[in-house]
Amino acid sequence: MTDAARWTFVCHRDDIVPNTGVAAKVGAAQVAVFRVVAPDGTEDGIFAIDNFDVRAQANVLSRGLIGELTTEQGPVLVVASPIYKNHLCLKTGRCLEDEAWSVKTWAVRCGDDGTIMVRGS
Amino acid sequence: MTDTTLRLVVIGNGMVGHKLLEELAGTPGLDITVLCEEPRPAYDRVHLSEFFGGKTAEDLSLVAPGFFEQPGFTLRLDAKAVDIDRTTRQVVLADGERLPYDRLVLATGSYPFVPAVTGRDRDGCLVYRTIEDLEAMRHWGAKSRIGVVIGGGLLGLECAKALKDMGLETHVVEFAPRLMTVQVDDMGGRLLRRKIEALGVAVHTGRNTLEITDGGGVGVGGRHAMKFADGSQLLTDMIVFSAGIRPRDELARTAGLIRGERGGILIDNQCKTSDPDIWAIGECALWQGKIFGLVAPGYDMARLVAAQIKGTAKAEFTGADMSTKLKLLGVDVASIGDAQGATPGSLNYLFSDDVAGVYKKLVVSADAKTLLGAVLVGDADDYGSLLQMALNGIPLPAQPESLILPSVEGGAKGLGVDLLPASASICSCNNVSKGDLCAAIEGGATSLGALKKCTKAATSCGGCLPLVKQVLDAELKKSGVLVLNHLCEHFAHSRQELFHLVKLGGQKSFDDVILAHGKGRGCDICKPAVASILASCWNEHVLKPKHAAVQDTNDYFLANIQKDGTYSVVPRIPGGEITPDKLIVIGQVAKDYGLYTKITGGQRIDLFGARVEQLPAIWGALVAAGFESGHAYGKSLRTVKSCVGSTWCRYGVQDSVTMAIRIEERYRGLRSPHKIKMAVSGCTRECAEAQSKDVGVIATEKGWNLYVAGNGGMKPRHAELLAADVDDETLIKLIDRFLMFYIRTGDRLQRTATWIENLEGGLSYVKKVVIDDSLGLCAELEADMAQQVATYECEWKRAITTPETLKRFRHFVNAADADSNIQFVDERGQIRPKSALEKRAVAAGEVTP
Repeated sequence: MTDAARWTFVCHRDDIVPNTGVAAKVGAAQVAVFRVVAPDGTEDGIFAIDNFDVRAQANVLSRGLIGELTTEQGPVLVVASPIYKNHLCLKTGRCLEDEAWSVKTWAVRCGDDGTIMVRGS
Repeated sequence: MTDTTLRLVVIGNGMVGHKLLEELAGTPGLDITVLCEEPRPAYDRVHLSEFFGGKTAEDLSLVAPGFFEQPGFTLRLDAKAVDIDRTTRQVVLADGERLPYDRLVLATGSYPFVPAVTGRDRDGCLVYRTIEDLEAMRHWGAKSRIGVVIGGGLLGLECAKALKDMGLETHVVEFAPRLMTVQVDDMGGRLLRRKIEALGVAVHTGRNTLEITDGGGVGVGGRHAMKFADGSQLLTDMIVFSAGIRPRDELARTAGLIRGERGGILIDNQCKTSDPDIWAIGECALWQGKIFGLVAPGYDMARLVAAQIKGTAKAEFTGADMSTKLKLLGVDVASIGDAQGATPGSLNYLFSDDVAGVYKKLVVSADAKTLLGAVLVGDADDYGSLLQMALNGIPLPAQPESLILPSVEGGAKGLGVDLLPASASICSCNNVSKGDLCAAIEGGATSLGALKKCTKAATSCGGCLPLVKQVLDAELKKSGVLVLNHLCEHFAHSRQELFHLVKLGGQKSFDDVILAHGKGRGCDICKPAVASILASCWNEHVLKPKHAAVQDTNDYFLANIQKDGTYSVVPRIPGGEITPDKLIVIGQVAKDYGLYTKITGGQRIDLFGARVEQLPAIWGALVAAGFESGHAYGKSLRTVKSCVGSTWCRYGVQDSVTMAIRIEERYRGLRSPHKIKMAVSGCTRECAEAQSKDVGVIATEKGWNLYVAGNGGMKPRHAELLAADVDDETLIKLIDRFLMFYIRTGDRLQRTATWIENLEGGLSYVKKVVIDDSLGLCAELEADMAQQVATYECEWKRAITTPETLKRFRHFVNAADADSNIQFVDERGQIRPKSALEKRAVAAGEVTP
């Protein structure tokens, strides 16, 4: 399979309300894709992690609130699970409360035309 | 047991007896046997009336878990001592058993005095002292309509409250010409009487009960007739004697210890009786002709005796300050020092306000330089500072009247805690001085809770709590510790501060708010909090795209997320009233979408198991049938529960359903720091359980009683009476003001119960703000509420007609599929989510799905 064939179309950037997420079907998997925008309007980028919340055992992470928390490693962009509020790092998938609840990240890209794609595994 | 072990027997396990045990816990070389005549160990008699407010015997217990399992302690319940053989040093029990002792402590307490009235032994004639007495009162209360308390003192009025709480027509009969003769003067007594009568308790002073006979009433309404010396009579179903206490000194009598002429076991300054091996403490002890009927002097005696046993004694018992502050039937009453002005040459300052129902008197020395005593009725907020002034001989200010005159805006009042010496006793119940508090604060007890736990201050009667808080705040301020109540790392403001900043600054989106008042990007703590503030301030539709990213998933999808990622749907059913047609619609919708249905505690119907993509269609059907959003997903008004009221119920006195619907429709959709629950009961039987709600309304013959800040749940709290017998319009006005004041000042996720408990001044402060308009805020609060009411719209009705919003209701952005992880099984004829185990079993092919 070529590399291009492994990329799945998610949606257009404008389809994601700033600082929210959407769930995308990538093959049989579910991926949570987030669009993060700073308060002054600067685009920070698109992030993709598993949609499945290991702790709650439910596909809900795309519906979490996005935030930024200060940790020992500095400020971290996170999403808070809507079920039990565990925080997952958008860049690494690491759960701040318990490593066991960490999730996988997905390669994601946003084209100049605003098209968002996630690479299947 | 070694030879050096001291055998100590303590007779009585009341509050004072138990304090002695607590003081002795952990002392080596002691073998302590405690004889308790009652079937349960020590409990809190000071808060006995709370038994009728829902507390259980366990709640009132003073015994820490495992206390009597400590080595050296033996507790014997139902064990009555009948004699003391002082020559052989043995206590004789009722069954003949003899218990040897080296030292003996009598902590036998007192018994209720029942005057020699003919007929006092009739069925339903009771006393008020033990939990068994309370159980008897409850038993008789259930089959009575009218109840009488004989005795208008402190205990009598508490007892009257208990009868009132049981829903009885309540009377207080007092021999003296006024209520609370010991604590208040004539004018104070008059005001107290007026206030208590306004609460619906009939007061009969100057009545000498001669006889209790058969009232001729069959069943309720006149089981007994009380005949008075003036020829009048009163019909009643039950009578509680609360005419004072007498010391339990019968053991001392049989054992030949010296007693007072009018009873009481004589003790010296060491609390020793006439036998040097025997101490007596608490209400059974007579010191210099005085019996102390309060718990604080009893605790002093207990501490003193414990110190002697431990060999650390130096102090002596030197009498006690009998100042008290109480809330009787909701009326604040306080008495300090020489309240009656018995000191020769003493002078008075008086302030009386019949309109507000406040009476205050200062008794000062002949030279007007020192405070000797005070009486406060209706407003006892100044008790703590006046007491300290009297106890510590702090010189009166140039204008002593300023201490009791209502404070004028901006004027400083009372005395700062900084003026108090370290020796000043702040908590007299537990003997905690200002110095003790300061030391504990320095040692790290920097929250009110930690300070109470560490020093025990304010843990008995609680009267000193405001003062303890003042000391804490003053000390923290001095040491430079900032009291932080910041929302989160992004906002260095409390919710209350942020609310004001947003209201003044006019910011209307989260981004504007964080740029103006915060830093960084926000988080899942501050985003919903700001969303709630924006909704409360501007009532903009929560679905507007600019608010979308700061809403919790529940507010984003206008439904309650469940553990499997499905949502539940709760249509509003105002007041719990619903037509058969609407019931059928709910049933049909549930059937069409295969939802699990359950009746909620708030008289609504909850539909579970809806997938996110199903929500618009479900609500389309509900809205078409006339339903509105129930806001079960929001930090907002949930339900107004009601009983059926006077329309159908033979006991109802007002139309509770109509009122509940009116209230629910007024406050629906209102966003607040946390959810708000309300209820309306149509009579005092309180079937709607309004006293466990944030706002509770109970019908009276004359109108409505408004209760606020109640809570069920994890930490139940009874709502407190904000206003009595108000008409419909006043009721709504007061609820408007109360809610808006809470919304403005509440902390994030703080229910009204916690809010009021953390508010300095508590209910009395709220009363001042929303009833007396002390902050001049009422017009503004009402206007804010009017604005909210005028701009209400059903969020679901708006959502299903807004294509932009409807876009969000799908599971996948790039596929129309449903979430395959959501799976149900059948249980009792409905769906329930599959457990993780059940899903795995299917995946592994063990079970066919």
